[in-house]
Amino acid sequence: MAQRKHSWPRSAAAVMLLAVAAAFAANSLWVRLEVDGVHDPRSPAIGVLQQPGDALETLPRDSAGNLVNWVKAIDSGAINPRTNLLPETQVLLREDDFIIAKFGSMPAVKFPHRQHTLWLACENCHDILFKAKAGANKFSMSAILNGEQCGVCHGAVAFPLTECNRCHSVSNASLQRRAAP
Amino acid sequence: MKHPAAIGWAALLALAPTAPSAEYGDVVLNRYSDKAGVRPVVFPHWFHRIRFRCKVCHQELGFQMRAGANDVPMADIIDGKFCGMCHNERVAWGPDRCDLCHSGKPGLRSGIIGGAQTSGPGRW
Repeated sequence: MAQRKHSWPRSAAAVMLLAVAAAFAANSLWVRLEVDGVHDPRSPAIGVLQQPGDALETLPRDSAGNLVNWVKAIDSGAINPRTNLLPETQVLLREDDFIIAKFGSMPAVKFPHRQHTLWLACENCHDILFKAKAGANKFSMSAILNGEQCGVCHGAVAFPLTECNRCHSVSNASLQRRAAP
Repeated sequence: MKHPAAIGWAALLALAPTAPSAEYGDVVLNRYSDKAGVRPVVFPHWFHRIRFRCKVCHQELGFQMRAGANDVPMADIIDGKFCGMCHNERVAWGPDRCDLCHSGKPGLRSGIIGGAQTSGPGRW
């Protein structure tokens, strides 16, 4: 009887410690559904739906957005999301880069088609957002910050607009050097 | 009182506003749900993009890119359009599992979490 008295609280404490440890593991970088402010904690879906941390913690880490480097996640083979449902859908990958240089106070923008067509179809941007002709588009950072142009995705599902240097990545000096005879 | 500080902290924790901190890219759909007496839908981009590239839903399924631009009535889903292209009991759970998608807090505003206005510098 005496033994039972002592062992029960000890095992209970161990269980609690484990629960606390689980809650504070790496996985706690992602907010759990029942406390995310959007899901109803009383919904029967809680406990059935996958928790973000359980899915995302093994993927290549990033510092913003979902804390996942989604392009690296495909390139590293960590995930291989389906490209199409219908067999007749054409799946295209385009691999050229565009440099958009205004020679202002910020470095020029390098737009890589590859990282974009890995996820998107041409029609997602052309010509809804951008004309499919180099030099034909006028880019505006204030439009982007207002959720237009690149801002349709960047700031919503792709890495957010706080990550300036990921797009503004080409020094103006290097471009001027290249253009010089 | 024995532990006024502890009680103070507990009160503070209990009263602290629960700021929405849903996963980046989560979309709330509440055009019809509240009116129909069901919880709003929470669509998790993170979950879907592990399994499907953007182009599958945004080209093949016909979802426009901008949150709010899509009219997604339940009847269309049951007919196999939009979500119903996969949520048909073959690829993913069927439309009879109401609660799994309609899992949001009642009264939520439609829109995307993250978003140009809340995640980046946004509208100044």
